[in-house]
Amino acid sequence: MIKKNFFKKIYEIQKKIRVVEEKIASQYSKNKMRCPTHLSIGQEAVAASSGLALQKNDISISYHRSHAHFLAKGGSSKKLFAELHGFEEGCSKGIGGSMHLVDLKNNFYGSTAIVSNSIPIGVGLAYSLKLAKKKNLVCIYIGDAAVEEGVFFESINFSILKKLPVIFICENNFYSVYTHIKDRQPEKRKIYKLASAMGATSHLFTQDNPFKLFKKFDELFKKIRKNPKTHFVEVETYRYLEHCGPNDDTLLGYRKLQDVKKWKKKDPIDFSKKYLIKNKIFKISQINNLDKKITNFVDKDFNYLNKLKKPQFKNISKLVYKR
Amino acid sequence: MTKITYSQAINKALTEEMSRNKKLVCFGLGVNDSLNFFGTTKGLVKKFGSERVFETPTSENAMTGIGVGMSLNNNPCVMMHQRLDFFLLAMDQLVNSAAKWHYMFGGKNSVPITIRLVVGKGWGQGPTHSQSLQSWFAHIPGLKVVMPSFPSDAYNLLKKSIRDPNPVIFIEHRWLHNIEQETKKIKYKNKQNLTELISKGKDFTAVSYSLSTIEMLSIKNVLKINKISFDLIDLKSIKPLDISVIKNSLKRTKRLLVLDSISHPFCSIGSEILSQLYREKNIKLIKPPLLKTLPDIPTPTSTFYTRDFYIKKNDILNDISKLVGKKIKLKNSDTILHDVPDSNFKGPF
Ligand SMILES: Cc1ncc(C[n+]2csc(CCOP(=O)(O)OP(=O)(O)O)c2C)c(N)n1
Ligand SMILES: [Mg+2]
Repeated sequence: MIKKNFFKKIYEIQKKIRVVEEKIASQYSKNKMRCPTHLSIGQEAVAASSGLALQKNDISISYHRSHAHFLAKGGSSKKLFAELHGFEEGCSKGIGGSMHLVDLKNNFYGSTAIVSNSIPIGVGLAYSLKLAKKKNLVCIYIGDAAVEEGVFFESINFSILKKLPVIFICENNFYSVYTHIKDRQPEKRKIYKLASAMGATSHLFTQDNPFKLFKKFDELFKKIRKNPKTHFVEVETYRYLEHCGPNDDTLLGYRKLQDVKKWKKKDPIDFSKKYLIKNKIFKISQINNLDKKITNFVDKDFNYLNKLKKPQFKNISKLVYKR
Repeated sequence: MTKITYSQAINKALTEEMSRNKKLVCFGLGVNDSLNFFGTTKGLVKKFGSERVFETPTSENAMTGIGVGMSLNNNPCVMMHQRLDFFLLAMDQLVNSAAKWHYMFGGKNSVPITIRLVVGKGWGQGPTHSQSLQSWFAHIPGLKVVMPSFPSDAYNLLKKSIRDPNPVIFIEHRWLHNIEQETKKIKYKNKQNLTELISKGKDFTAVSYSLSTIEMLSIKNVLKINKISFDLIDLKSIKPLDISVIKNSLKRTKRLLVLDSISHPFCSIGSEILSQLYREKNIKLIKPPLLKTLPDIPTPTSTFYTRDFYIKKNDILNDISKLVGKKIKLKNSDTILHDVPDSNFKGPF
């Protein structure tokens, strides 16, 4: 059984990601976050439950939609906000922006902007874990489009061949930009089955109940740490906002309003809240207090930006090479 | 007076070529999505069907090879990428297949493929969404590289590229997409010399291409007020590179500025031009030539950094002042926009 504290944590981290992302969305139109920004609203449960199941010494690496993965691994919302605003205090000193986050203290090795770019890097990180005889794993987050690139197959092949402790987590939100998966991949072939045919131990999870999802990840990760092997998890999920940017984009017409509604109706955060109350794990008032605490915390982190000074261009040339 | 934008001119060229050649095929990410590849592929699927115009999986290297295969088998292709950076996954098929096929098999067949690449700038495009690597492509024998600055040239050169029996890299700067020109200037001229003297003056010669040509034009007035005029040479074609127009101009002006403002300095198109001129016999310059490029640093994301990363108008004017030995009165507000192409642009792409 999951302990009470874990219920709280799973709820808390999901909620925190949502509040951070909503903060970004609501402030984006002030034109101060001047970088392409891919929000995870709707997809938080996957990041939250897998992130919590990872140990600090486990490594994770991600793609362009990575705010949630960064935060769930322990990344600071202060540093995320600062990065999006281009300040030197940002996690990548303002050089990388929303699509290039890093937090080495928590072993979040980076997120990158070219589809599938970080996959082989994750596998390489896992190979060195093996060389160092460490009992940890590497978690590689990918979108549904990533499996269309050759480098995905090349990397997973090597990872399986060498029995590397790798968990691929594929967040299948059915779209690559405005293009549905049925226009990009054969309709009846499931992504997780593709990975299974490659030789990975493969699973299809759902995000509907984030607590159950956590348990599944937790068990799986324990297994991988004990018996290093390459696993692949596909989770069907949904982004509520536009592909890139802070707006609702249902008017563009590439997806049905009905679908958006359907997914919002089974929103994992709403579910979690109801679940905690229904099962008498927490009282409504306790959850409302928690929500308030999270919002205050995120507001404080955002307001901290007011204290920051504009960074100097002359400092960045020192970053091109390590001296 | 009706006007046409750069992206509309591309759309027009694509539509006409698709009608003209029933074998022509057109594909890439975004060709048939809600935004039609910055408007450049609008109406194509409706007109020509989804067999000839299609979305692709995110598979740049394979799709390039697939395009090479189709091109070899009587289906010339236009392939497109919303950022040049995404195309970097396809270097094997571009360099080892497309560029070499005709040569490597003794000229038996060739690869009529046109690859449209869009270069990003501003709004935090950052290190991997803003690279303009024309000098890489130009380095490869077997490839042609064009970079038109105006709608009329985009129209003309895209048609020429499509009809070319060789692979052509067609590079569009994202900030050119909304540039307008009179519709009547949009005409197909097969025999047009590529590199062109587009404006005449006497104090110095400026060489530029793509967005840098627009930047040179944007300082023309300030220079005029300061009684300075210049020859402006727009390259249009990067490879083959024709320096004869530059040579002729330098005979008169004897002073040279190469504005290569979307490239890093090392092994750039600008440095290639200077190197070719250095080896010429009859060129005598009064002052050492000026080459203005981006710094040898990857593009940063933060708007605080891009302000100083991209070249400012006043920097160009200061350099020109030294080049021609005349004072130029600078206005404080004279900075080239570094983050948005115009005040209507609200990011993020
Ligand atoms: C190699 C490459 N090709 C194209 C792109 C443009 N691009 C940016 S995000 C994206 C969508 C990828 O979809 P998916 O992997 O499903 O992630 P999602 O955005 O849905 O989270 C694409 C095609 C890119 N960044 N890199
Ligand atoms: Mg997706």
